[in-house]
Amino acid sequence: MADAMTQELLEQEEDTQKGKFLTFLLGNEFYGIEIRYVTEIIGIQAITEVPELPEYVKGIINLRGKIIPVMDVRLRFKKPFREYNDRTCVIVVDIKDASIGLIVDSVSEVLSMSDGDIVSPPEVSKGFSNRYIKGIGKAGNEVKLVLDCDKLLSDDEIGAFDAIHN
Amino acid sequence: MSEQFSNEPLLDMFIFETTQLIGQLEESILFNEKSSCYTQSAINEIFRIMHTIKGSSAMMMFENISSLAHSIEDLFYFMREENPQNIDCSALSDLILEGIDFIKVEIEKIKSGDAVDGEASALIDSIKVFLSMLKRSNASTMLTEDKEHNSIKKQQYYISSEKVKTSTMKNTFKAVICFEEGCEMENIRAYSIIHNLKGLTDEVFYIPEDIIDNDESVDVIRREGFKVILKTDNSYERVHEFFMQTIFLKDLELTQLENDDELKQLSRVRQVATDQISKSQSLHKQDKEDKGTDSKDTQTVSTQQSIISVSVTKLDKLMDLMGEMVIAEAMVIQNPDLKGLEMDNFQKAARQLNKITSEMQDTVMSIRMVPLSATFHKMHRIARDMCKKLGKEVQLEIIGEGTEVDKNIIEHISDPLMHLVRNALDHGIELPEDREAKGKPQAGTITLEAKNAGSDVLIIVKDDGKGLNKEKILKKAKENGLLHKSEGDMTDKEVFNLIALPGFTTKDSVSEFSGRGVGMDVVTKNIETVGGSVSVDSVSDKGTIITLKIPLTLAIIDGMNIKVGNSRYTIPTTSIRESFRPKESDIITDPDGNEMIMVRGRCYPILRVHEHFGVKTDITEFMKGILIMAEVEDKALCVFADELLGQQQVVVKTLPNYIKDSKKISGLAGCTLLGDGSISLILDISGLASLKKVSM
Repeated sequence: MADAMTQELLEQEEDTQKGKFLTFLLGNEFYGIEIRYVTEIIGIQAITEVPELPEYVKGIINLRGKIIPVMDVRLRFKKPFREYNDRTCVIVVDIKDASIGLIVDSVSEVLSMSDGDIVSPPEVSKGFSNRYIKGIGKAGNEVKLVLDCDKLLSDDEIGAFDAIHN
Repeated sequence: MSEQFSNEPLLDMFIFETTQLIGQLEESILFNEKSSCYTQSAINEIFRIMHTIKGSSAMMMFENISSLAHSIEDLFYFMREENPQNIDCSALSDLILEGIDFIKVEIEKIKSGDAVDGEASALIDSIKVFLSMLKRSNASTMLTEDKEHNSIKKQQYYISSEKVKTSTMKNTFKAVICFEEGCEMENIRAYSIIHNLKGLTDEVFYIPEDIIDNDESVDVIRREGFKVILKTDNSYERVHEFFMQTIFLKDLELTQLENDDELKQLSRVRQVATDQISKSQSLHKQDKEDKGTDSKDTQTVSTQQSIISVSVTKLDKLMDLMGEMVIAEAMVIQNPDLKGLEMDNFQKAARQLNKITSEMQDTVMSIRMVPLSATFHKMHRIARDMCKKLGKEVQLEIIGEGTEVDKNIIEHISDPLMHLVRNALDHGIELPEDREAKGKPQAGTITLEAKNAGSDVLIIVKDDGKGLNKEKILKKAKENGLLHKSEGDMTDKEVFNLIALPGFTTKDSVSEFSGRGVGMDVVTKNIETVGGSVSVDSVSDKGTIITLKIPLTLAIIDGMNIKVGNSRYTIPTTSIRESFRPKESDIITDPDGNEMIMVRGRCYPILRVHEHFGVKTDITEFMKGILIMAEVEDKALCVFADELLGQQQVVVKTLPNYIKDSKKISGLAGCTLLGDGSISLILDISGLASLKKVSM
């Protein structure tokens, strides 16, 4: 019963953040993440490599005393690697109590998109990116791809497998 | 349900207090059983403990615990008052220990949030049976148990000759308060009214009297309302206003009395009642006093120094902050901005800061240290129970119980210890007849010893039983296909360590205590979780010694920083033996391509960090870099790095879960932050050494 009450409170809190998405740029495509997952956005800083990790996990960084792994989203989506410049940002997301940093080309803005604006992605079998797309959102006359954060993190095994096959 | 929500801190307090009391009680019982029967002070103590448990569990609405505690309390009350001569001590102890076990189980249920639904009635019945047997055998006539509870109804009005103090206050009021239906805990509400009334006046009488102690008063209040008679200088309006403030008040009947006859009656009644109480079996008044001294007593009895209980979360936070401070201090002192500057005063101040920080660190660490005595004493109970069941005689010797370990570690030790003691009793110690035949004393000895050795704590479980049978172990291992080497190659130690494999047991049948092959596995897993090690030694017919080595502290270690290319790594100083620059001629390469070096007759495998971890570095020739010889237990290897950076006390931070979950990286024990904010990975020497071993 106690859980139900805290659950309700949590949901109420999340509601104020629902429908807002942080959009960032990867190449020419805009992606969006629900803002409730995002903890902070920082500029790129020195990354310490950790061996024996998948290619897209670049390593770990020191964020005010906390050690956070960082993932390059470009590499995750099998896009060509681009050198980091001063526009490159790390979006720190907090999913299921695990913090992880996502390296993106640049951060755009926070958009409000209601549920009606978001449609589910088409069933395209080719390409990895589709698995991580929760939906396709329309904002103005632009299209943003809404990422599914959970899939981004937990799909690693499948990602690794496919990487070997490919 | 919502009550549980608001009662959270109360619940914690209750669990804490009851667990402590139960521990005390168990100790007391075991002690008294050994010294053949119960002294008066022990009986008193047990009685008090049971009484406290009864009261607090009743308040927290755990009826089953409360009624069980009540029946034990009855039993001990009888023993206290009547002092019966012929008590069957061992049966009594068994009974009480059963009761304790029941309460323990219930507490566990409470802790994990399950429904507290244990059935104590069987136990209560057996206690009652025991009590009546006791009474019969002591032919006591005065006692009637029932009188206690059901006595409260209406107090009888006696007019005694005692004079009643005439009060100087003017007005006498009588209030009858009815609470709303279903508001619960009327007795507590009534008590709070009385409590608040003390602000208005001192002369207050109320019916029913025993609102705190007795749950039946709730029924009385519900039926007849809560009657209060008071004398005060305040006006009717004031008193009325006061009563109207009561929450859940349904009805208030406030009458101003003409004379204080009724008051006098009641006050006389109270005095008579108290006389009655002291004579009769119901101890309500005494209870209140006892309860007052109880809490003080239990505090002083259980501890000699003044002790304060602190929530563990606060301690954890303090430890974390302490760790951060160590890092921040390193960041200040080793700041790259200061490189190359000559600063004497700064260095002096930095040293001072360092001194103070390390002292603070030691103190904070020591706060979390808890002596092992509690864990060791728990073993007494286990040994006793097993002795009885197996028919063996064993003496438990405890040495060095004052040794302290970190609180986290204590939790991981008690299970392994229990398994080890059980093993010793079940497998090791022989039956008394066998022991006599071998010329050993009938009672076996199990020694639990704890001592500090360097940065580790050693816990040794020694028994003088029949020892481990090498042949049997080898045979069983062969049967199960667990042998890696041929029998001849295995040293005794390795043979003995086979018993730690999961599922391994030389017992043919599963008994209540052992035979599943799980015990030693639990021990090794638990000890390894805290970063310790287990070693087994045994001499046939003389006994077995099992040594647990546990590191003192988990979080902060002394480390040596090394540089490989642009990456930094840290090696724990405790594992470093020496470092040197090798000569190219000293390196031997075997046909598989593994490199080794001979040092003083011993051969060590070489680990090239840049190869193993895939780091880019310019220094690949041995002569340009440095070899660090590291050894953990009996595994040794040489680590090849570019250069040594320096020694530093580092705070071990675990690798983020994300990384740990996706892949177990052997050879990395964690990471730490260096003075300039960069991250250094901590090498796990034993992991790396095993890697090298396998590849060889």
